[in-house]
Amino acid sequence: MSKLLKINKGVDEGTKALLEYLLEKDKVEGVITLKTINANQGICYSLITKPEELKDAVPLIPYMPNNEGKLLSRLTLREPLADPIAVVARPCELRAFIELVKRNQGSLKNYLFISHTCPGVYPLETNVNGSLEKKISQYWNKTKNTELIQDTRPACKSCIHFIPDNADIIVSLIGEADLDNNCNIFLSTNKGEEFAAGIEGEIGEKELESKEINLMQNKREEERKKLFEETNIETKGIEGLIEYFGKCIGCHGCSNVCPICYCNLCFFDSQPNETQPSWSESDLDRKGALRLPSGTIFYHLGRLAHISISCIGCGMCTDVCPVNIPISTIFSKVGESVQKAFDYSPGMDVEEPVPFGIYKEEEFTEIGEQ
Amino acid sequence: MNDEYTPRIVGFLCNWCSYTGADLAGVSRLKVPPSLRIIRVMCSGRIDPLFVLKAFLKGIDGVMMMGCHPGECHYQKGNYNARRRFILLQKILEAFDLEPERLGIWWVSASEATKYAKVTTEFAKEIEKIGPSPVANEIFL
Ligand code: SF4
Ligand code: SF4
Ligand code: FES
Repeated sequence: MSKLLKINKGVDEGTKALLEYLLEKDKVEGVITLKTINANQGICYSLITKPEELKDAVPLIPYMPNNEGKLLSRLTLREPLADPIAVVARPCELRAFIELVKRNQGSLKNYLFISHTCPGVYPLETNVNGSLEKKISQYWNKTKNTELIQDTRPACKSCIHFIPDNADIIVSLIGEADLDNNCNIFLSTNKGEEFAAGIEGEIGEKELESKEINLMQNKREEERKKLFEETNIETKGIEGLIEYFGKCIGCHGCSNVCPICYCNLCFFDSQPNETQPSWSESDLDRKGALRLPSGTIFYHLGRLAHISISCIGCGMCTDVCPVNIPISTIFSKVGESVQKAFDYSPGMDVEEPVPFGIYKEEEFTEIGEQ
Repeated sequence: MNDEYTPRIVGFLCNWCSYTGADLAGVSRLKVPPSLRIIRVMCSGRIDPLFVLKAFLKGIDGVMMMGCHPGECHYQKGNYNARRRFILLQKILEAFDLEPERLGIWWVSASEATKYAKVTTEFAKEIEKIGPSPVANEIFL
């Protein structure tokens, strides 16, 4: 059982009321949440310290301009926060942050994590072509009815980790039939309880797991299976790689927005990876032609070697790809198999070390002995 | 391809063990496959997975990773790290149907010249059986 705080407002207003309360009562020094600029033309994460700046905050808008995990990491790269800051983040953003903290790229200290059972986000283009606003009402209707939202990011509709594991406070969204008038907030840690103490609302107890959550879990799992099967990379060899990544224009947008891509200077942007014409001579002798820029498949396989163990399937990469390569589906699929091999769940437990750089003497003993 | 096909194999060999073992095999005049190109590394833990991927994308037919036996690494843990990286590589190759059997890892000590000759010969035969890498003539990489 978890402590449940019921606020007599819709989920959006309820979440905002919580943020306002935290700021006004000086429980936190600041709040990080999504905010609109220029009457909805732009939506961006913002660090807010004055309560009145919360008026155009949109904490639950189904949109992810950045993976916030990366932002939280950058804010605490040098040193931990001196004062508490409340952040509203989606489950995959929290998981991304945990993965970065494990790599000493950030600190959890003084962050108060507010998250929610996540119905997903719409692709970035919906805010460019103006369709986002029109989608919002169907988004909430489907969320009330525990339906899969087909036009959210493919990564979202196939995401099976939509319950945040590391949040102090969880706003319940999926399957909440009355979310227009009622905001149910789970206070899942002592810290969450302490910070929310004193806010206007009813306190009770409830299980976060509900039949709606289980239903959504099944729907997402089905969708995931379907997406992974459609991708069908495991039967196509090099031809399949070329089919998928042949279109890549090499903009490196996918790695730039990836919260897990943790190198300060990407190897693939670095001098050692620059192509010297002389390196291609033997290739040209044999093949007679060479794609330029070269190294496209190397880039993608290399990125998989670096981050598949920690890919948390946020879908940022697919979303920014100008040539519509289903990168996140491929990375999630390969990631799942790599993660399974090491029995690793990225972003769940900050104490669980990343599988590379650690080892056990008695493991995998059959390897190397054939 | 025609009958003339001789595979091209790259071996990443640890300086302290398998590289010395290879040397000993040479001095002892043991037969080792001519198709094997050796790259000496200071430890199997130095074999960056990207080295292996790059080799495959350059059209190499087989890659051998070799290091000291577990517990005998000069730097204590390099081969344990290599072991995990080998699994990572296998999973990636498997995921794309890129013939993971073209990659292998062996522990060969400095004195195991016979083992060195045996595993390299066997692997070369294995690779010959699998045939030339389909990557070799791809221009679109
Ligand atoms: S975003 Fe798309 S085009 Fe750009 S590097 Fe990634 S896969 Fe290639
Ligand atoms: S690879 Fe794509 S889906 Fe995975 S963490 Fe990076 S941006 Fe998210
Ligand atoms: S020194 Fe030989 S494997 Fe590390």
